[in-house]
Amino acid sequence: MIETRKFRILRNVVLTVLSLWVAIPLFVVVSTSIKPLKDVAGLFQWIPREITLAPYFDIWTTVPLAKYFQNSLIITIAATACSVTVAVLAAYAIARLPFKGKRAFSLTVLSTQMFPGILFLLPLYLIFTQIRNITGLQLQGSYLGLIITYMTFTLPFAIWMLSGYFASIPKELEEASMIDGTGRMGALFRVILPVAKPGIIAVAVYSFISAWGEVLFASVLTNESTKTLSLGLKAYASESDVFWNQLMAASVVVSLPVLIGFILVQRHLVAGLSAGAVK
Amino acid sequence: MSHSALDSGKAAEGSKPPANPEPDGPTQAPPIRKRRRSFLPYGLIAPAAILELLIHIGPMLLGVWIAFISLTQLNLTNWLNAPFVGLQNFINGLNPESTIGQAFFSTVGRTLLYTILVVGFSWVLGMAGAVFLSSNFKGRALLRTFFLVPYALPAYVGTIAWAFMFNQRDGAVNQILVDTLHLFGDHRPFWLLGENSFGAMVVVNVWQLWPFAFLMLMAALQNVPNDVYEAAAIDGATLWQQFRTITLPMVRPANGVLLMVMSLWTFNQFNIPFVLFGATSPKEATLISPLIYQNSFGSWNFGLGGAMSVLLLIALFIASVFYIRMVLPKGADND
Repeated sequence: MIETRKFRILRNVVLTVLSLWVAIPLFVVVSTSIKPLKDVAGLFQWIPREITLAPYFDIWTTVPLAKYFQNSLIITIAATACSVTVAVLAAYAIARLPFKGKRAFSLTVLSTQMFPGILFLLPLYLIFTQIRNITGLQLQGSYLGLIITYMTFTLPFAIWMLSGYFASIPKELEEASMIDGTGRMGALFRVILPVAKPGIIAVAVYSFISAWGEVLFASVLTNESTKTLSLGLKAYASESDVFWNQLMAASVVVSLPVLIGFILVQRHLVAGLSAGAVK
Repeated sequence: MSHSALDSGKAAEGSKPPANPEPDGPTQAPPIRKRRRSFLPYGLIAPAAILELLIHIGPMLLGVWIAFISLTQLNLTNWLNAPFVGLQNFINGLNPESTIGQAFFSTVGRTLLYTILVVGFSWVLGMAGAVFLSSNFKGRALLRTFFLVPYALPAYVGTIAWAFMFNQRDGAVNQILVDTLHLFGDHRPFWLLGENSFGAMVVVNVWQLWPFAFLMLMAALQNVPNDVYEAAAIDGATLWQQFRTITLPMVRPANGVLLMVMSLWTFNQFNIPFVLFGATSPKEATLISPLIYQNSFGSWNFGLGGAMSVLLLIALFIASVFYIRMVLPKGADND
């Protein structure tokens, strides 16, 4: 729009309101995380009367946060790595190769992407039960079980986003490479993958973020030893005392990895989302 | 990057006959090439197709089956032998005259209202942010990243922050509304119980969702050249007229899919109520996904949960047909 005086005033007002709207909850988290417990109950204080970093040290002993961290990392990284690897191949086929049943396959991927986890939770739970009855393999409460269920949402998303990225890479690049004798797969691995690397990383980060924040499957399919952060944080609040300051400190700690990752790849993410999801 | 790859391709050429790079015999080259082409795509999609079958198609079919058997806590571990009861689960649970049925239908209505409110507010905020951040000024890049923070944060973290603000009688929300703005007199409302809980949940969801609308709308607005606005301004168009006649039409193509995607996410929302209220939401704020969860894993009435899931599945199938029409361009098979 044109920057008239009126526009600038309006802009300042709107952007200030939006900034406050975003900032207030973030400020509450950070300011609560540096308060002593006695200052957390009762009337909320915007400016901490006393600043302490103790909650950031205490969070590790009040609940086994390091263990939850480890569980979340293992499950999230494994689900992301499997999804992206499988998705690269499928997305390349969708973007570049003609084949019978392509439309059916794309439609399946697209529509399963929109179905909620609640539709898959009970059936997968029953399938896991049957597998245990037959083979003795315990999937409920195991890393493997959670990794499989997390792929219900990371895989379709990765396929869809990556096929958007691959389609946006000029065909001439791989044609030149194939004329030079690399073959289809050679062109994919030596030309397309290096060019698409930023997009692939963005998709991986996005899958990581969505798995890191998952609550539903974790609430049914974890046990004490495989509990993820999304459920583990509840432990600060489940006793008669609610350690709000520690809960907020832990929130900051679990948010930092995904926040940093998101900020690093956000430019590529926007390009991918707007190419893949919104045409 | 592409250059080095091309060069290495050329280097490899020397060792092989250039006309036939495939290692297979030169005499049958054309037919083999053709056959290879037709098998390669299937090889590439095979892992994904197998996984789709295992994690989506199979469980979905099983989910439909569950709706027609009597599955309880007792036969859960031996569910293959659960008795087939036909439409009994649908009749018991979804009869509009029974209490469970009434709860189901009012939940569907509430979830629709919730979706409209959350998506509507998110769109308006996202549009406001996108319009004013598409002009150049100092600090623009910083604000742009900052606005995306609620979206990047794990959903439960944002919800916990709001739960803390809403939770206590003396929390930040009541402090702003009651102590600063004097909105309710001496009364300090509870926000996570009773009727207020629905509104509280809308607020939390809008806070987390609006950056996505902002992101998509900003990407759409980047294609609008500034001289269009300049021309309009010279012709005397007000800011509002410029917005209505230039900005809105320009984002229309992006809007369809954006609204669809946001609606589906919101309609299926589980995380926010689960973290905000625990496993059982207040009855004024129960959405469809948490209701199915409560029936299945709260009261162990899996048949009922299954019947509701089937209805949800049908609704989402219909929605996905519309979604796919918008996303997949016609003739996508031909390229």
